[in-house]
Amino acid sequence: MYALRLWSTRNARLLERVYDAFESALVASHPVLKAIGYQRLEKPVAAVEKLVKGALFDCQMCGACALSRTGMTCPMNCPKQLRNGPCGGVRDGGFCEVKPDMRCVWAEAYQGSLQMAKGTAIRDPGEPVDRRLQGSSSWLRVVKQRGDAKDSAAQGESAK
Amino acid sequence: MSVFADEPHPGLPLPILPGHVSAGRFERVLRAGHFAVTTELAPPDSADPEEVYARARLFDGAVDAINATDGSGANCHMSSVAVCALLTRIGYSPVLQISCRDRNRIAIQGEILGGAAMGVCNLLCLSGDGVQAGDHPQAKPVFDLDSTTLLATAKRLRDEARFESGRPLTSPPRLFLGGAANPFADPLDWQPWRLAQKIAAGAQFIQTQYCYDVPRLKTFLTRAEDLGLLEKVFILVGVGPLASAKSAEWIRKAVPGVHIPDAIIRRLAGAEKPKAEGRKLCVEIMQEVATLKGVHGVHLMAYKQEDAVVDMVASSGVLKGRTPWSPARSQTLIEGTSP
Ligand code: SF4
Repeated sequence: MYALRLWSTRNARLLERVYDAFESALVASHPVLKAIGYQRLEKPVAAVEKLVKGALFDCQMCGACALSRTGMTCPMNCPKQLRNGPCGGVRDGGFCEVKPDMRCVWAEAYQGSLQMAKGTAIRDPGEPVDRRLQGSSSWLRVVKQRGDAKDSAAQGESAK
Repeated sequence: MSVFADEPHPGLPLPILPGHVSAGRFERVLRAGHFAVTTELAPPDSADPEEVYARARLFDGAVDAINATDGSGANCHMSSVAVCALLTRIGYSPVLQISCRDRNRIAIQGEILGGAAMGVCNLLCLSGDGVQAGDHPQAKPVFDLDSTTLLATAKRLRDEARFESGRPLTSPPRLFLGGAANPFADPLDWQPWRLAQKIAAGAQFIQTQYCYDVPRLKTFLTRAEDLGLLEKVFILVGVGPLASAKSAEWIRKAVPGVHIPDAIIRRLAGAEKPKAEGRKLCVEIMQEVATLKGVHGVHLMAYKQEDAVVDMVASSGVLKGRTPWSPARSQTLIEGTSP
C-alpha cells in the first residue's frame, strides 16, 4: 500500500531497529532452522515475508533485499528497478519520471537513509540483481549465509 | 593541437599512450589538458549510412567526440552501436551510448565487445528514459542492470577481461568509460554522492544533463571538490540552445530532469529574436562553465539546431583556437599540406 510504504520510509530509523533485532534473533535460531531444513522452510517463510514486507514496503520479492541500504524503501518499486540511486528524470519536488503521481522511490530512499544509523550504506554500489531469486525469501537467504559463516568460523576455531 | 603526430589512417586506432585506457582521440584531448567539446548525433530513422555521415559532417572542426544516442526519449531510431561503427570507419571519435532500458546483461556485454571491435573507444553508460516517454509505450522495459552496475560491468570487461559470469575474454574492450550526472534534479544533496558512486564503479568522464542554472552547478562542483572527486573524473557540462520561451516551457514540463529557471524563460520571452537569443544564452553558459574548476569540457546537445553547433562553439571561444580533428582536416595532413 502506497501510504504505508511512505510511512515506512518516514519511520526508517524505527524499522531499522526492528529489522536488526529480528535479524539477530533469526541468526541466533540458525541451528534450529538448520535442523528443520532451510529448503523445507522456504515456502512458508517466503509467504510470511511477502505478507509483511508487501504491506510495509510494497515489497516485490526480488529475493535480494536491499532495504537496509535504501532507506527502508523498496527499490523494485522504481519503474526502472534501479538499484543504485535515482535516474536523471526525477521531477521537481522529487516525483517520478515514469509515474508522475508517485514520489520518486530514490528521493524517498534518500530521506529514509538520512534517519538511519547505518544510512550512509545508500552510497555503496549494489550488485546487479540475480533474477533467479525472484519470489524467494530474502530473510532465509541472509540468515543462512550469516549462520553458515558463523558455523565455519567456529569450525576454524576448533580446528586450531 | 588535437591532431597527433602518430595519427594512423582514419579508421585505425591510435596507439594507446601510457596511463590511457583507450586508443581514442577523446581521451587524449582530455588527458592532454584541453577543454573538450562533445555533441550529440540523433540517429536517423533510416538504414542509409549517408544520413549518418551527413549529420556528423555538420559538426566538423568543432567537436572532439560525437555521442550517438541509444533510443533517446525511448523513441526508435538506428542503433547507437551501428552509428558509431559507421563513424569510426572514417575516423570520427564516437561515444557509444548504452541504456539499460532495452537490453539485458547478455546483450549489453555482447554489444560492448562488438562496439569496441568496430573501433569505438568511448562508452557512456545510462539508465535510459522510461518506455512511456517514447513512440512504443507498449514495449517491455528491461532494466536488468542500472547505470552503475552497467559501468561496473564495462569496467570488469576492460580491466579484468571477463564477463559478469566470470568467463574470460581473449581480448578486452579498451574503452574510456563515462556516466551521466544530473546536478540540477532532486535529491540535490545526494547528487555529489551519486557522482562518487559512479566514479567508484568506473566512470572516467561525466556528461551532465542540460545546465541552465549555473549557481546549482557551482554548488554541485563545490561539494564534489569537498569529496575529492574533481581530480578523479573529467566533467563535461551539458548545454544546449533553447528555441523560444514556449519551447523552454514545454521542455520544462515534458522532459523530466531538465531544470530551467524562470529567469531564463523570461529572457527568451522578452527577446526580439528568441532563437538567436537562445543561442547567445547557450554560448554565455558555455563561456561561464568553462571558467569553473573541475569542468573539462561542454557537451553541446543542439537538438534540431545541429547546424548551429559550429558557430556556437566558434563564438564561445572555449576551444581557444584549437581545431578538433575532422575527416577533411585529416586528409590535408595526410597529403602533407598544412591544415
Ligand atoms: S524518477 Fe525515481 S522512481 Fe521514477 S524511474 Fe527515476 S529513479 Fe525510478
